[in-house]
Amino acid sequence: MWGRSASFLLDKRLRDQHPSLSSPSSSSPDSTMDPNPNPNHGVSAYYQTRAEHHAIVSSDWLAQAQAAVDREDDTALMERPHASAAVSLSASKPFSVIDEFNYWRKKPDLAEAVAAIMALAAVIRSCEATTMMELEIELKKASDTLKSWDTTSISLSAGCDLFMRYVTRTSAVEYEDFHAAKLRLIERGEKFGEISMKARRTIAMLGQDFVFDGCTILVHGFSRVVLEVLKLAASNRKLFRIFCTEGRPDKTGLRLSKELAALGVPVKLLIDSAVAYAMDEVDMVFVGADGVVESGGIINMMGTYQTALVAHSMNKPVYVAAESYKFARLYPLDQKDLEPALHPIDFGVPIPSGVEVETSARDYTPPQYLTLLFTDLGVLTPSVVSDELIQLYL
Amino acid sequence: MDNRRPPRTVSDPKVRQVGFVTPGAAPPARYLSEAPTAAAASSPPSGDTAPPAISTSPVMIPPPRHSPSAPLAVPNPSRRDSLQIQVGGYNPPEVLLESPPLTSPSSRMDDAVSQFSEDPSISPCNGRSEAAKVASSFPGSSGEMMVMKAGIVGGGSNTPKSSWTTASVAKTRPGISEKERGAVVGMQNDGAGVSKTLKEKTTKAERRALQEAQRSAKAAAKESGAGVKLSAAPGGAVPANTKQGKVVKPPAQKKDGPQVANPSVSSEKKVVDRPPEKDRKKDVPPPRMQFDDIHRVEKAKRRAVVYQFEAKNRVELFRHLPQYIHGTQLPDLETKFFQLDPMHPSVYKVGLQYLSGNISGGNARCIAMLLAFREAIRDYSTPPEKALVRDLTAKISSYVSFLIECRPLSISMGNAIRFLKNRIAKLPDTMPESEVKSSLQSDIDRFINEKIVIADKVIIRHAVTKIRDGDVLLTYGLSCVVEMLLVYAHEVGKQFRVVIVDSRPKLEGQVLLHRLVAKGINCTYTHVNAISYIMHEVTLVFLGAASVLSNGTVYSRVGTACVAMVANAFRVPVLICCEAYKFHERVQLDSICSNELGDPDVISKVPGRKDLNHLDNRADIENLQLLNLTYDATPSDFVSMIITDYGMLPPSSVPVIVREYRRENLWI
Repeated sequence: MWGRSASFLLDKRLRDQHPSLSSPSSSSPDSTMDPNPNPNHGVSAYYQTRAEHHAIVSSDWLAQAQAAVDREDDTALMERPHASAAVSLSASKPFSVIDEFNYWRKKPDLAEAVAAIMALAAVIRSCEATTMMELEIELKKASDTLKSWDTTSISLSAGCDLFMRYVTRTSAVEYEDFHAAKLRLIERGEKFGEISMKARRTIAMLGQDFVFDGCTILVHGFSRVVLEVLKLAASNRKLFRIFCTEGRPDKTGLRLSKELAALGVPVKLLIDSAVAYAMDEVDMVFVGADGVVESGGIINMMGTYQTALVAHSMNKPVYVAAESYKFARLYPLDQKDLEPALHPIDFGVPIPSGVEVETSARDYTPPQYLTLLFTDLGVLTPSVVSDELIQLYL
Repeated sequence: MDNRRPPRTVSDPKVRQVGFVTPGAAPPARYLSEAPTAAAASSPPSGDTAPPAISTSPVMIPPPRHSPSAPLAVPNPSRRDSLQIQVGGYNPPEVLLESPPLTSPSSRMDDAVSQFSEDPSISPCNGRSEAAKVASSFPGSSGEMMVMKAGIVGGGSNTPKSSWTTASVAKTRPGISEKERGAVVGMQNDGAGVSKTLKEKTTKAERRALQEAQRSAKAAAKESGAGVKLSAAPGGAVPANTKQGKVVKPPAQKKDGPQVANPSVSSEKKVVDRPPEKDRKKDVPPPRMQFDDIHRVEKAKRRAVVYQFEAKNRVELFRHLPQYIHGTQLPDLETKFFQLDPMHPSVYKVGLQYLSGNISGGNARCIAMLLAFREAIRDYSTPPEKALVRDLTAKISSYVSFLIECRPLSISMGNAIRFLKNRIAKLPDTMPESEVKSSLQSDIDRFINEKIVIADKVIIRHAVTKIRDGDVLLTYGLSCVVEMLLVYAHEVGKQFRVVIVDSRPKLEGQVLLHRLVAKGINCTYTHVNAISYIMHEVTLVFLGAASVLSNGTVYSRVGTACVAMVANAFRVPVLICCEAYKFHERVQLDSICSNELGDPDVISKVPGRKDLNHLDNRADIENLQLLNLTYDATPSDFVSMIITDYGMLPPSSVPVIVREYRRENLWI
């Protein structure tokens, strides 16, 4: 199978010559010193997450981002070396959940939802409430603030909701003492944050088992989890090749192919409309997810649905890598049942007048087209997502 | 090629086992227990232990065997042991001798034991310990076993049923039980208690003998009546049969005297509870009466309150379901109104309403039943020398069996009954009667309020978020939740149109149509024949359900499956609105094994069409069978979403809700 492509053989040789390329890169994600070369490493996390969720990466944005990084990168990181700084900070000026959120978000490898979770954990810590009810109300307010910060982000609101459930579900009533209860909440909050931070690595370890030697994987969209899975598989000396879709309009496929090529994995770029053409050669499809909904389906970058449809019709497995904090209590019935996340499309040529452009950035893939979900809760079938959500929310 | 690498694994990634365990504690544990298979149901990670004993029986739960006084029985295990030895000793000959139509020996034994241990008449006062009860009831039950054997061996006739109910066998009983008693007494060398149990035993055995004789007499009378019925036309047979039944019954009860009359009735009622009791023990699927089992039908008929005539030309595939000639029960029942003293009038009223079809629909029937029970509990007073928990459970069971005779239970009612019996079983022994009654009444109120009224509101809130302006909503028949939803959506100001699909013979959709049009909602009315035509313009299908089963199958008014299938073919989302209390852990794959048969007359006759008289004399046509099914099962593939009070779920998540709901129910 893997002898089919000449580039693949070439790569194998290359890799044998440079074993350093396939050195284990599974560093702990919470250490900011990630060895893998991130092309946008210098970019402020703000623009990076914006790019994630609105899928806009343009040159001027990058320039802005660079400027922003130069201005505040050092100061921000110096000012708050660790979350404990938040406590001292709250003494000097009123604590703001958005500030805390932004602080966490600037960490290059941290997803928006994890940043929100860490910020909420900090809210509990710095909260001056004296009763459980007050604390809960304050936490709710903070979570609402975070959610309203970006209403289109599913993972952000899902992360906030899950944190609220996970933390406040503990039977705090049984603690006589408020401080004991609060400590318990803090503990749970931090534990949840820790789980979320580790999620990507867990998923990578679960998912890489599914990559077998000589397989061809089609990847649609840029997802850090998928990249992590592929990285780990590559570092485990598995031989595979990647087909990357171009990922119009923001060319996420280019970014992914760049990262993978740096790892020494053979990559082929396809235009988005070549998915069906290439599907014959493909052994499995890997996608990430913006959000995993209650039906077990996913909401992801535009084009995931058609990729999954094609794969399903050709009996190829479709694997989704998604952290459990992306599980949202949504249940879209069809594509129009989502809150649209719009972004403009640059066609390169002026659009004729009177012509409409579909600017939605994501679509919904129903569960029957997905094979398995790799999550930090384990490898799940789509129907288990709802079970997990019920257990969490009921 | 690189020979360091292992050859390519051929295993499909889909089925490959992931043998990975993360160092972190919580996620891997969850993964190991839940991820590999979807059978998460078997491994609840939160460590919830739903007591399996109570909750396995699906439709109705029998009275708990010895829950209230269980702690009392614990310090005396030796007697239990002796009892079990005895059971084991009696089983083998039974197995050899028993004829196939009878129920299995072990279950029969269980029934006998349970029946007697439950029988309130045995325990002299509620202060008696469980052990004493078991001991006292034991000889009687084994005596019965002996009688059965004797009957089967000695009689050897073709009708085993009648062979052991004959009076002669009943007469031999006391002697046998005397012997048995000797054996038992020898076995448990309990000096003090024995003399007491001995005395009781004699009276008990006598009473049993008496009952046995009455029963056989009654059976004989019935059988002769049945012979008449078969030959005569149904209409003519009604008075004769009922008269006979009545003539036999009252004197028999009078003979017993006031105190014994009650146990005889309650023991008769308890027979109804046998199947669930036994099934719970053996952990087998629901105890549904199979109406093609002649012997059991005969037995059931003998203790039936409502006299029903079986339909003549029954559809072969549905012989296991009760098929009666409609309209025959009502007058009979009405005449009995003042004679049925064990039945509370409110229960009686509800039964009549079921029978006449005045109350229909899962929620309405359930609420009516619960309110009737509530009234019955209000008027209830514990008879002397009886334990409230047991007597009340028996009472409720007798009401339930009466209601079943009027119309088979809906699953919603079954769940509500289970809830109520659970509540009764959980009552503390020490609670005074007035308090018990008020707490049960408030429990019933709470059930109606939380599980039905508020649940409906929550469902509507959820469902209305799925209605967008410009939608065309299709609904089938009449579902009260869907009706409330449409009205609410209209009130909220959504712009939509409704297509009401209806079907003969009930034409329930017209009721909905009438109400919606009165509210000013834009409606289209059509029959199910036009479903494929009308489905083109529909954007959402909202359906109600009688029950949702744990494989996601939706059990609903007949025709629903057809609508859902067409909608699925047209890629229109199908949304099922169903309260969580109607969920059931049963799995059903077709509409045959469990269903309800309606009156075949209503499909053979079209009201207002005198010219359509081709089937007027259908009773005479031997090779014509009419089938009027009431429910059908919609496979989960056709269902996009189930909206419950717990939110919007895929059909695959029903088992989770069933599990959670049951646990919650036990907590209440």
